[in-house]
Formats: sequence, C-alpha cells, structure tokens
Amino acid sequence: MPKNKIVIKNLNAWFGDKLAVKNISMIIEENKVTAIIGPSGCGKSTFIRCLNRMHETVPNAAARGDVLLDGENIYDDKADPVQIRRAVGMVFQKATPFPTMSIYDNVAAGIRLNGRRDKDFLDEIVEKSLKQAALWEETKDCLDKPGISLSGGQQQRLCIARALAVSPAVLLLDEPCSALDPISTGKIEELIHELKKDLTIVIVTHNMQQAARVADFTGFFLLGDLIEFDVTSKIFTAPVDKRTEDYVTGRFG
Amino acid sequence: MENGESKSYSIRKIKDKVFLGAMLTCAVLAVIPLLSLLTYVFWRGFSSLTFNFFIHLPTPVGEPGGGMANAIGGTFMIVGLAALISLPIGLMGGLWLAEWGKGKRGFIIRYAVDVMSGFPTIVFGIFAYVLLVLTMKRFSALAGGFALALVMLPYITKTTEEMVKLVPRTLKESALALGIPEWKVTVFVVLRTAWSGIFTGIMLAVARAAGETAPLLFTAFTNSYWNFRPDQPTASMTVQIFNYAISPFEEWNRMAWGGSLVLVIIILSVTLLVRKFSKRVYYA
Amino acid sequence: MEHQSKTFEVELNELKETILKMGWLVETAIYQSVESLKNRDKNLAKNIIKGDVDIDKIELEINEKCINLIALQQPKASDLRFVTTAMHIATDLERIGDLAEDIAERTIELAEQPLLKPLIDIPKMAKLSQEALKMTLEAFINSDTNKIKGIWNKEREIDRLRDLVHDELVALMIKDSTVVTRAIPLLLVSRHLERISDHATNIAEDVIYMVEAKVVKHSGGAKGDN
Repeated sequence: MPKNKIVIKNLNAWFGDKLAVKNISMIIEENKVTAIIGPSGCGKSTFIRCLNRMHETVPNAAARGDVLLDGENIYDDKADPVQIRRAVGMVFQKATPFPTMSIYDNVAAGIRLNGRRDKDFLDEIVEKSLKQAALWEETKDCLDKPGISLSGGQQQRLCIARALAVSPAVLLLDEPCSALDPISTGKIEELIHELKKDLTIVIVTHNMQQAARVADFTGFFLLGDLIEFDVTSKIFTAPVDKRTEDYVTGRFG
Repeated sequence: MENGESKSYSIRKIKDKVFLGAMLTCAVLAVIPLLSLLTYVFWRGFSSLTFNFFIHLPTPVGEPGGGMANAIGGTFMIVGLAALISLPIGLMGGLWLAEWGKGKRGFIIRYAVDVMSGFPTIVFGIFAYVLLVLTMKRFSALAGGFALALVMLPYITKTTEEMVKLVPRTLKESALALGIPEWKVTVFVVLRTAWSGIFTGIMLAVARAAGETAPLLFTAFTNSYWNFRPDQPTASMTVQIFNYAISPFEEWNRMAWGGSLVLVIIILSVTLLVRKFSKRVYYA
Repeated sequence: MEHQSKTFEVELNELKETILKMGWLVETAIYQSVESLKNRDKNLAKNIIKGDVDIDKIELEINEKCINLIALQQPKASDLRFVTTAMHIATDLERIGDLAEDIAERTIELAEQPLLKPLIDIPKMAKLSQEALKMTLEAFINSDTNKIKGIWNKEREIDRLRDLVHDELVALMIKDSTVVTRAIPLLLVSRHLERISDHATNIAEDVIYMVEAKVVKHSGGAKGDN
C-alpha cells in the first residue's frame, strides 16, 4: 500500500515580487525516488528548497501553501523550521564539507551541534552513515584526515553521509552530480537505489537521463508550473503533454 | 627570421631588461630604509640586552643594573586589557556587519569603523583621558587599555567582517539544512571556518597596539615600579622608551635603544609568525 | 565485467530470462504440434492452440521491457544491440508460435479423416527446425556465434525435405484426386515447418549482429561458409 510521505497543496514561492513556484500540488510517495526535471529557471530548485523550508533563508524570499510531512503541515505557524530540517535533509549541488573539520567531525557535526556528544554513540552513527553513503571502506582508516582532502565524488558522498547522520526521513538532492565525473555520478546513482529502501528521496536534476535511470516518479516543471507528473517510464516513453514531449525529446531546454 | 624582425625583437628584449632592472632597483630602494633601521637599532641596542634588563626595575641614574622589566610587563597587561575590551565587540560587530549589515544601518556602521581606523591615535588617548582618567582622578592601565582598544577595534571588526564574508553561502546553507539552529551555525560553523583569518587579524592588531605610544602618554602614564592593578598608572615599553630617549642621561638613552630593539623584535616576530602559520583554509 | 548500475544489470538479465522462457514455450509448441499430428491427438492440439495466447503475452511483455530499457537506461554499443535483437527475436518467436498453432489446427482437421500415409519426412523436418531454434537461442543467451555454425546446413536440409514432401504429395494428388482434403493440410504443415526454420535463421542473423556487429541479414554471404 503506497504511502504518501509528503503531500504538497497549492505551494507558491516568491523571490521578492517574482513568483517562482506557481500553485504546485504534488504527492511524494514514501520509499520512492521522485525526480524533478525541467529547463534552467523553471523553479525546480526553488520548489525543492520549500520542502525543508530552506527557501525562506534567502533574504526577501517567501513561500505559502501546504506541505504536509506525514500529515503535518511544515508551514504551520507553530512548526519549527529547525526540527523540519532534521527530518528533511538536503544535499546541495556543490559539495561543501566543513573545511576546518576532519571526515569524522564532518559526519558528526549535525549530531554534535544538536547536543549529543557521547563518543560511543557518535562512533556508531559515523560508521553507519559512512556505510550508507558507500564511503566507509575508503575512509575508515583515515577518519581524522580533513574533509576537504577527499576527491570531488568522495566529498559529495561525505556530504550525503553528513546529512544521513541526523537520520532524516526524507532526503532532498539538488543536482547532486552536476559537478561530478561519470564514474562518481554512477556511484551516487547506485547509492540512491540503496537509500530509497530506508528513506524517501526527491532529486532535482537538469540531466533527464539521470532522472530516467534513477527515479520511480518524475515531474516536469516549466516556468514555475508543474506540467506533468507520472511514473518515470510513462514520462519517457509516452508523455501526455506536448511540452513534456518536446523537452524530453530534446526539442528545447 | 628576417633581419628586420630580429632587430625589433632585440629592441624589445633590451626594453624588457631595462624595465625589469628599474623595478628591481625600486624594490630594493624601498626595503633599504627598513633594513638600515633594523641594523641600526640592533647595533645600538644590543649591548643593553643584559639579563638585568629583563628582570630588574629601573634604578635611579648612576646606579648600575637597572632594567625595563616593569615596562615589559606593563605592555603585556595594557595590551591584554585592550584585547579583552576590543575582541568581543570587534568580533560581534564584524559578524553582524557580515551577516546582517547590508542595509543603511550597516553602511553607516561600516563607514564609522573605516573612519576610526584612520584616526590619529593620540585622539583616542585624549578621549580615554577625558572618559576615564578625569573621572577616576588618576592615570590607570585601564585607561591605557581602553585607548588601545579603540586603536584595535576597527582592525578586528574589519578583519572579522572580511573573513566571515569569505565563507561561502553554500557552507552556511549546508549547516542550516542539517537542522542546526542559526546562531549555532554562525558560531560553530561560519565563525570557526573564518577563524584562522580572524586570528591573524587579531594578532596583527595586537602587534600594532603594542607599538603605540601617544595614546598611553596620558592614560597609563608611567610607573617606576611593578604594577598589577588596572586602576593604577602603569609603565609600558613605548612610553618608557620615549622617556629614556628624551632624557639627558646617557645610560637611559642606551636603555632606550635596548627597549626599541626588544619592541621591534617582538612586533616583527608576531607579524612573521602569524603570517607563516596562519592556515590557509581552502574551500572545496 | 558487470555494469556499475546493479539495476541495469538485473534488468538485462531479466530480459534474457524472459526470452529464454519464450523460446522454451515455442520449442515445446513445435515439438508437441508435430507429435499431435503423428498421434492424431486432438486434445494435445487443442492445448497447443490455447497455449499460443501465453506466447503472445510474453511477446508484448518483452517489447515493453525493451522499450523501457531503452528509454530509461540509455543502453549503448553491445547493450543496445542486445536490446534491439531481443525485440526482433521476440517477433520471430511469436511468428513461430503462430505457425505451430496452425500445425495444431491442421492436426485437428486431419484427425477427422483416415490417415493418408505414415509420416516420415515431416517429423524429420520438425526435429531439424527444433534443433535450429535451440542453437540460435543458445547462441543468444551465451553471446556465442560459434553455436550457430551448421544452422544453414540444417536450413538447406529442411528446404530439401520440403521439396521432397511437396513432390510426393503432388504425385499422390494427381493419381487420386480424392486425397486432396488430406494432402493439402500436410503440404501446409511442411510449408509451416520450413517457415519455422526461416525464422530460426533470421534469429541467427540477428544474433550475429548482436555479437559481432556484422550485418548478414539478406546478404546470403555468411551462409556460404556453412
């Protein structure tokens, strides 16, 4: 019985006066990968940043609408953005390991800064998260090396481990592989297949082939609107809307 | 190559060499005053650097075995007080400017800090005199520390602001996305990342303050004895050097050279060490 | 060496298995259709006709799998040739299945009437065409074109046997025109079996393309070697 992890109803988001996300309604299913594709500037990054209330951290940015995580609206007045961000983690386009911290400290950062400091607990979480991010074998013998000493693909996996360490239920990935080579990209895509057994994943990508390979559901955005949302195989074999067809066949975008 | 081409090439090579030579000469000329100063101070001051110099208090003229121990200690204390006052204000001010200083308020504050950094330091001394010396009815290390704090404050504020601004926005966002409260992100991630740059700035500000004379002339004043109380006049190296240098006694003049040498060495070492060991933070 | 993407690897293997399954169903259909003809077994024939529905269903399943694989995984080079070959093979197998079904229908027709003559050549043709099909499917699964050597010999033998059967039946019909209702179905069966071997050689040509990227279809070139 598929469960709705996130239900989005009439979400609108602004940068100052400009409406970037127009009245979007969508369902994100639990333990599935949902991809958002679309040409540059179509609002996909803005949209995903509304799912963990990161959008409002930009000056003059605002979002309104209902985003129900397990039935509870994250945009409710009483909702705490900090708690929400613990439940809905995010990995960004550019890998940003904390430069002054070791690999271990990077992964443990989220937990340490939220109060838990006992070494055994941290050791356990760090190992678990690095294993989940398929980075444990490569780093288990050098956990106190600086986080920035890793290669690009490894750094991104480190950021994934860091996000996983706080045990989110949902993981948002904003073009996680744009800056990576094909092998690293392949490793992360493989990782996503594994992770979805435990988490719900939403991925924004401008590489539609990636969405085709990785996602169970795909949504096509254009200029702030959700044009079509369906099972991935349908979007890529027989899309309903002509604009989706044009984008997917490479006629524009 | 044709004859005509090789001729213009040779001319260009000669011009190149001439300009390089001229630039090298200018660079050397610029460094000469510093080198000659260091050499002279070293030559004049070296003989004064005895064990006594660092341990003993000044003695009346004619008595051998005097030193500048209390002045050295005094400088440390006064600069320490200055750091205590200026650090928190400078750090928080710089942080505020970097994170929230984009509007009109930020502009005004930044402008004020810039003006302050160019102020004649003697004016800070006068300000401290009026504010603390007159009200406390005595000279004090505290007043001296306050004056030096005003000297250090713009540097610390500016450095903090610059270094914090250098931290990429994406780093801050990654930390926020982990569900860490904003203030913790600012202190434990952003500030921590910018810290090595800020620390360099603080050390340089300290070195600067340690070399100031004018602000201390009528705030900390001077003292022939050891003093560890912040509310009493205190000797400092710069003022002591000044007093000894203008005195008619040859022995005191020699000690002035010694003091100058020590001061120069301290400031030079701090500057060089800080620059050498400040970790370069590379953003991925 | 395996693909980096386990999902892709798994889906390719699933496709192979599905084709194998279809091949097995079709092979069985050929064998049983001729058995039912030999034994004049109407029930067996009826089962074969029912079973053709399953063969058709698998063809649709394979086509959908292949389209999805192409759209979603963007296979390249040998992977791409594999997927497109799989689609062609499914089509050929489905046709073979239809031909076996038709043979079963002739069986039902003939079972109502007395036996015309003992069947010798037709079972031979059936055995050869089954063998040919088996060879090509093995070659496909193992990506090994060595296993197809000899298939064109079989095809030539089947052609020869078909001509033999044709001449024999025509002679019978000229001698006694009342046997026409029994001879024509047998003629059709021999035709069907020859068509089945044609489809098998089609599959063989596709497998050569898949493994060696050589196009031997419609050329008659490689056939000379065997």
